[in-house]
Amino acid sequence: MNIIEFKSIIKKFGDFIANDKIDLIIKKGEIHCLLGENGAGKTTLMNILFGLYKPEEGKIFLREKPCKINNPHKAIELGLGMIHQHFMLIDRLTTTENIIVGEEPLKNGLVDMKKAREQVKQISDNYHLAIKIDEKIENISVGEQQRVEILKVLFRKAEILIFDEPTAVLTPQEVNNLFTTLRELKAGGKTIIFITHKLEETMNISDRVTVLRKGKVISTVNTCDTSPKKLARMMVGREVLLNVNKEKGDLGDKVLEVKDLSLIGKHKNIILKNINISIRKGEIVGLAGVSGNGQLELEECLTGLRKVTSGKIILGGDEITHTPTRIRRKKGFSHIPSDCLKRGLVSTYDLTKNIILGNQDSFTKNGFLQQNDINEYCKEVIEKFDVRCQSLNESVNNLSGGNQQKLVIGRELSTNPKFILAAQPTRGVDVGAIEFIHNNILKMRKQKKAILLISAELEELLSLADRILVIYEGKIVSEKNNYTKEELGLLMAGKKASDEEILETGNRIRND
Amino acid sequence: MKRFWKQGIEFEMIKIFKKYENSIYSFTAILLAFLVGSILIHLSGFSVIKAYSALFDGAFGNVFNLTQTLMNTIPLIFTGLAVAIGFKSGLFNIGGEGQMYLGAFATAIATIYLSFLPVYILIPLVLIIGGLAGSAWGFVPGYLKAKTGAHEVVTTIMMNYIGILITSYLLLKYFKEEGPIPQTALIPESARLPELVEYSRLTWAIFIAVFVIIIIDIFFKRTELGYKIQTVGENRSAAEYAGINSNKMMVLSMMISGFVAGLAGSTIVMGVLHRFITNFSPGYGFTGIAVAVLGKNKPWGVLFAAILFGALQTGGITMQLFAKIPMDLIVIIQGLVILFVAAPILIKKLLRK
Repeated sequence: MNIIEFKSIIKKFGDFIANDKIDLIIKKGEIHCLLGENGAGKTTLMNILFGLYKPEEGKIFLREKPCKINNPHKAIELGLGMIHQHFMLIDRLTTTENIIVGEEPLKNGLVDMKKAREQVKQISDNYHLAIKIDEKIENISVGEQQRVEILKVLFRKAEILIFDEPTAVLTPQEVNNLFTTLRELKAGGKTIIFITHKLEETMNISDRVTVLRKGKVISTVNTCDTSPKKLARMMVGREVLLNVNKEKGDLGDKVLEVKDLSLIGKHKNIILKNINISIRKGEIVGLAGVSGNGQLELEECLTGLRKVTSGKIILGGDEITHTPTRIRRKKGFSHIPSDCLKRGLVSTYDLTKNIILGNQDSFTKNGFLQQNDINEYCKEVIEKFDVRCQSLNESVNNLSGGNQQKLVIGRELSTNPKFILAAQPTRGVDVGAIEFIHNNILKMRKQKKAILLISAELEELLSLADRILVIYEGKIVSEKNNYTKEELGLLMAGKKASDEEILETGNRIRND
Repeated sequence: MKRFWKQGIEFEMIKIFKKYENSIYSFTAILLAFLVGSILIHLSGFSVIKAYSALFDGAFGNVFNLTQTLMNTIPLIFTGLAVAIGFKSGLFNIGGEGQMYLGAFATAIATIYLSFLPVYILIPLVLIIGGLAGSAWGFVPGYLKAKTGAHEVVTTIMMNYIGILITSYLLLKYFKEEGPIPQTALIPESARLPELVEYSRLTWAIFIAVFVIIIIDIFFKRTELGYKIQTVGENRSAAEYAGINSNKMMVLSMMISGFVAGLAGSTIVMGVLHRFITNFSPGYGFTGIAVAVLGKNKPWGVLFAAILFGALQTGGITMQLFAKIPMDLIVIIQGLVILFVAAPILIKKLLRK
């Protein structure tokens, strides 16, 4: 049965056509991936389905009947449920409270917490979604928060579950758990729509795939009939190199040295302990780890936004442990922050103002910004880093995620740095842009820059880094030149990788 | 072809609309406020036409009324700018009132001691002294925010009380002129700002105000420091990651903000009162918040908003006198303007239709 059918859906934002005559059929009980680059129109389409946007044209059939979904409330009534990329949870409330909010079971006009707990427990057991029922959201892991989101949707008796890039925030192990859950939901008769731009996941979990590009449906195929290469090509519209070629380079002098760096938190908790890193000219050192294991704090220590408790940071022979950020940047420290939108860009500014950020004093004469110099410089950066935009003066908000990232990377690589701290440089970025960013990082390596690549993407680390350190709970737990994927995944999850285990996980991953 | 052409026009209109979006919303808000105001007037049993014509006449009807309006506009320009400057760095400076009192007091006292100076030195100097006094009053909350995280809304409000009372105290203790009214002696003739229109109290202060608008506009659009302050206001962590010292920028912006608020006091003393009198302000510092909100924190927007509020203030008196409609209605209209400005979604919906 076709549980959902989109018929020539058109959605425009001003002149921009986000969905261009979308025809799409979702069958009951399948896991259907919507694959596409950022800005391809996946989320827009789902927001239309969920009643958040109104399409200009087109119809939606639900269970083979035409229906109008004007608001999310209606969508929920019709058995739709959406698990957003950014969780919609209230940190200070417990998991149960979050799940029942808006649909609380009542008793004499008061919330019947006992019944609520029972109901939540029952659903959680049914689908093997283990959660701590009375724990506050702020105290549970990201993976568990996602399970709460799923339970929230199931609690509202959803039959069709929409997942918007659910793996972006998860560890490799949590991803495996999520996939198990998805299969279980499918076995329970639910229909799942899975929005993603990751090829591997698509191959791994879906029954059918629909590829979207620039608002149009390119094709819907059975997963078993396709390959990552074919999908990538449909998605980007051209041949994509999934693995970059890396030449061996000679290493030069030490550029960055971190010696016994430790950071103790407010509550005397250890955030970073005895971190030692040294990076030479022309070397990419990868720092692997699941986010939340001290990477952000290390990033801030290196940038100078956090005072280290003990230890030293040396850049190009000078100690910079207590040097302010501005001076560090002057000394050739370049930084691609992990959350570009939050820490790398000013969303209300136009492109030029964002491109000079951190480097504004080079364009200042007698206290005044030199607009002509700025424009010229920005044109160069935008061209060189292929930032697709309409004009220099448009708001950076108008750019797609990939282009925003390219802009930040362009800004940071254009200042002729000695050392580049690249934190999650491809997070949330589509395949085409990833290729471009990786090539640029390798170009920097060729130019003898020292690079620290903080990442949670195994493939990225394995294909770019010369050497990989693994960080777990604030400590470097391993350092090697070559890892297998399985080994790295396990180390990131805090497990000592014995040979047996590696073999076992390896088999499991292959069997998946 | 025809359709294409039509689309082209629509596109152009959207572009124009986008460019003036803020102004269009503000004007619609003002219109709506007057509309709701007219309903209130009607319900209270007065003639709407009579009321509004008296209001308009009182504000702009003749040269004298116009000068009165502009005179009331000047302090609002300064206090409105002060609030807008604070907003640029992400701070809500409610301390304009106190900073203005400090500015007024410092100017009044300084003129007494510096009266021997020639006019062309004396006037700029006492203006700067007034500004610096306001600046000092802005520095305290800025510093507390940077060092301890104390919320500026709370500290600036407290600083208002301290500022108003400390000037009263100093006045009564050291500088009070003989007589029943708590005021300083008149400031020397040389320190008074020349009148623009005879027998009005509209002085050169209006030019000073416009000059400050231009300076602040250029400051935020063209200078590095302005850029850094705004970056802190727009995205503090991005600013810090880029090596901008956000604490320093916040303190600086509070000091600039306080300086401009201080000028409101200085120009009142030098142009209108010619002395410092306790409780001289009808709340210019607070109305400045509304002015900044209506002006969307843009220097030139503040000018227009200040004129509107100045006109309402001036015209309201005439309306009360001749149409017998209570002044309170003006306060209601002012409130409504802000209400509608603060609810842009409402207006967006109205305009879409």
